[in-house]
Amino acid sequence: MAGQLTLSIVMPEREIVHETVDEIELPGAEGYFGVLPGHTPLLATLKIGELWYRKGQEKFYVAIANGFAEVLPDRVTVLAELAERAADIDMTRAQAAKARAEERSRTPSADLDHERARAALDKANTRVRVARHAQTHR
Amino acid sequence: MPSLIDIRRRVRAVRATQQITKAMKMVAASRLRRAQERVVNARPYAQRMAHVLNGLAARVEPGRHPLLGGLDAIGDAPTLLVVVSADKGLCGSFNSNVTKAASSFVREQQGRAVAFALVGRKGRDYFRRRRVDIRYECAQIFGRLKLDHARQIARVVIEQFVEARAGRVCLAYNEFKTVMQQRVVVEQLLPIPRGAGTEAGNAPPGDYLYEPSADEILARLLPQYVEVQIFRALLESEAAEHAARMTAMDAASRNAADMIDDLTLYMNKVRQAAITREIIEVVSGART
Repeated sequence: MAGQLTLSIVMPEREIVHETVDEIELPGAEGYFGVLPGHTPLLATLKIGELWYRKGQEKFYVAIANGFAEVLPDRVTVLAELAERAADIDMTRAQAAKARAEERSRTPSADLDHERARAALDKANTRVRVARHAQTHR
Repeated sequence: MPSLIDIRRRVRAVRATQQITKAMKMVAASRLRRAQERVVNARPYAQRMAHVLNGLAARVEPGRHPLLGGLDAIGDAPTLLVVVSADKGLCGSFNSNVTKAASSFVREQQGRAVAFALVGRKGRDYFRRRRVDIRYECAQIFGRLKLDHARQIARVVIEQFVEARAGRVCLAYNEFKTVMQQRVVVEQLLPIPRGAGTEAGNAPPGDYLYEPSADEILARLLPQYVEVQIFRALLESEAAEHAARMTAMDAASRNAADMIDDLTLYMNKVRQAAITREIIEVVSGART
């Protein structure tokens, strides 16, 4: 397959990735899906999860929470509430956040918002997973 | 004629004020740099989002989602005006510009009631004194502005709109154009104007596949769009505030410098006059 994709990942505060890549995998709301150049136009919502993109032989991981992806044959735009590149994640902080989230969802209390607690735990887990990828790849 | 000591005291007072205005100018300048960076960084998201939304909105009928609703369906519910002002003064005409724009907006409504949502202490105080219909207020959010603040405002605004307690929502804020220039903008937030934000005819070719359905995506995208618009307005306003304060304080420092020069000149003249008078006294005393 000839051609490449322009991937840009933006969050409300800033644009975090703007690169030309060969392949992308996204955490769609209905399951992970891969995108290669020449993909049919697609608009998808994303859930909390990890996204990766491949440039040549190298894979890069990004943690994503709640967003949208607009896929065009030569371009992919990801709008995410939260996005963090693996290289930017601080492993110790990610793990601390995970421990906190686990703690919170385990101790039941009256004012616990289950939905939010679960989402927080999900995010924390994803960050740790993504950060681990960064460590094995570097 | 004022005595030398009086003038000297005034010079000292003006100099002290000048030191304060200079310091405020520096602080505003450094904050401005940070705020400006945030505005610039936040623009791509807002633009991309507007772009995606446009592509989507062009393909669905306005009736598909309440936030897109046609203008004719407003009824006689009041217009909700979100006014973004600063928490602090000493920034030139920044706050009065935005409140003035809000007041003239009210006049333009020709009898339709206007309710307010106030962001920033200055605007809140101003409209509180005027006993208007205030639906929401928040202050002291600048300086540590987060998306959550915008989200909170968006939630209130959307709620008001969906429950038909507001027929239209507009946003008034200071836009950051350049450091020397701020401009008050009043723009419609809800219902979301067709072709919002981007150039028309920019819709991507062909139809999309949707995952999940177009309706579901729209239902998630639209509230986020509102959030992002508000967030951008807040960031713009913050940058504009610091820019306005910097310019105002710069002018104040310069005025203080002029005043010090004038006073010093005057003081020297007074001293000269005093010396001359004393000499004359001594000379005329020696003659007799």
